[in-house]
Amino acid sequence: MKNLWKLYGKYFSIHLRSQMEYKTSFLLTTLGQFLVSFSALLTVRFMFLRFYEVDGFTYPEVLLCFAVVLMAFALAECFARGFDTFASMLGNGTFDRILVRPRGTVFQVISMRIELSRLGRVLQAIFVLCIVLPQSGVHWTADKIFTLVLMVAVGVVVFSCLFVVYASICFFTTEGLEFMNIFTDGGREFGMYPFSIYGKEVLRFFTYCVPLALFQYYPLLYLTGRTENRFYMFVPLLGLLFMVPAALLWRVGLKHYKSTGS
Amino acid sequence: MKKYWSFFRMRFLGGLQYRAAAWAGIATQFAWGFMSLLMYRAFYDADPAAFPMEFPQLATYIWLQQSFLALFNMWRYDDNVFESITTGGVAYELARPIPLYAMWFTSGIASRAASAALRCVPVLAVAFFLPEPFRMHLPSNVGVFLIFAASLIAGTCLTVALQMLVYVSTFYTLSSMGVRIVMMVLSDFLMGQLIPLPFFPESLRRFAELTPFAGMQNLPLQIYCGTVSGSAMTQALALQMFWLGTLVACGALWMRRSLRRVIVQGG
Repeated sequence: MKNLWKLYGKYFSIHLRSQMEYKTSFLLTTLGQFLVSFSALLTVRFMFLRFYEVDGFTYPEVLLCFAVVLMAFALAECFARGFDTFASMLGNGTFDRILVRPRGTVFQVISMRIELSRLGRVLQAIFVLCIVLPQSGVHWTADKIFTLVLMVAVGVVVFSCLFVVYASICFFTTEGLEFMNIFTDGGREFGMYPFSIYGKEVLRFFTYCVPLALFQYYPLLYLTGRTENRFYMFVPLLGLLFMVPAALLWRVGLKHYKSTGS
Repeated sequence: MKKYWSFFRMRFLGGLQYRAAAWAGIATQFAWGFMSLLMYRAFYDADPAAFPMEFPQLATYIWLQQSFLALFNMWRYDDNVFESITTGGVAYELARPIPLYAMWFTSGIASRAASAALRCVPVLAVAFFLPEPFRMHLPSNVGVFLIFAASLIAGTCLTVALQMLVYVSTFYTLSSMGVRIVMMVLSDFLMGQLIPLPFFPESLRRFAELTPFAGMQNLPLQIYCGTVSGSAMTQALALQMFWLGTLVACGALWMRRSLRRVIVQGG
């Protein structure tokens, strides 16, 4: 295990140095990531210039939600990007090389790509958090800070699992399946608002099928003082269960794998 | 003219081949449209009086947006063009007896039209039969529809004309990354891709309507929904034509100038 961490550190430093070779390109992409999420932030602002609240949530509360989802997504994209671009790895035969190496496939796919420019979005999320933390009306006691950290951490895991599911499907289709975007990119875009605003069915879907609401809506209820029930504070942990189907699907896909031959 | 037509047909028919991708795209766009509508619905329920459009108009706007996404999105470029510029392949293109600008322009329009043609029919077909208030509506009369169609075509041309400027800038920068990102963020925002222009604050909306971006997706869709009509519509259409003329002229001139001094790299 220690060995794996050391190896990952090596990979990380390689990725870091290689991306720093093209500094302008790196800075531009980071800036681009920042701008894209900044325009999303502006749309939320515009909506709240017109409307006072949505489904009982105020502007700072929605921003809290926005920042958590954005940060979780960006970190997942930064570190689990290998699964997101897995179709090309299958297409050009890189995956065959992975299979003959003496390390786990998941570990290798993760360490193949680390996209540091995605930190532009993390920067945006931190920026939003800095503004919103003091004015959200939340009294920041230790348990609330813990909840916030847990939301982001589980968010990273759930989004990463979605990328794994996406990659597993590639074993069967070779091409990436555009429809999965609705859960990854869509999860980020629509997760700007608490999932309850989309109605009961959608909330149920994002609770039981694709557990995005587990690290977003339910703990937010606790964070904003809508409920005193400590259970909601630990709800994100249930989201970790999503790792089970993702891992299973990956296994099934791996068994099914046939090289594309190029 | 005939050569452009056959070139257009070639690219259009080529684009129609990607049917499996289109089906996946349709499903995604459908889900995306539905989620957007549910979000707006929540805001509508919070305060109907503050809603700047009528809800059926917004539903129509969203479905049109999802159907014709391929016509206006600014993240879709012809990678062959960039490649031909950076690898020097553009030298071959220059040897052809068609002006380069016209050729790339036609090709851009054709691939967009093909992709939109594949996607719009199923999305629209379902959108018309959804339950109220999420249903797509017909325009108020045939005249409005014709103006919508004309401005849809002009808007597509405007989008491609803007992209041509990005292509030409690649002659100078070789890597178009930065320009592309800024262009994408600006256009997505100002053409009403993220939220429709009526949801903007008043002063920013007035400014956005003056930019070329407003003529891209915003104008045709708003004409169809009936949120822009009468003299405001005439003015907006005139502005759309003005920007189209200006951007095409600028692009063509700029390209001529840069081609005069272009140095083809490599062998």
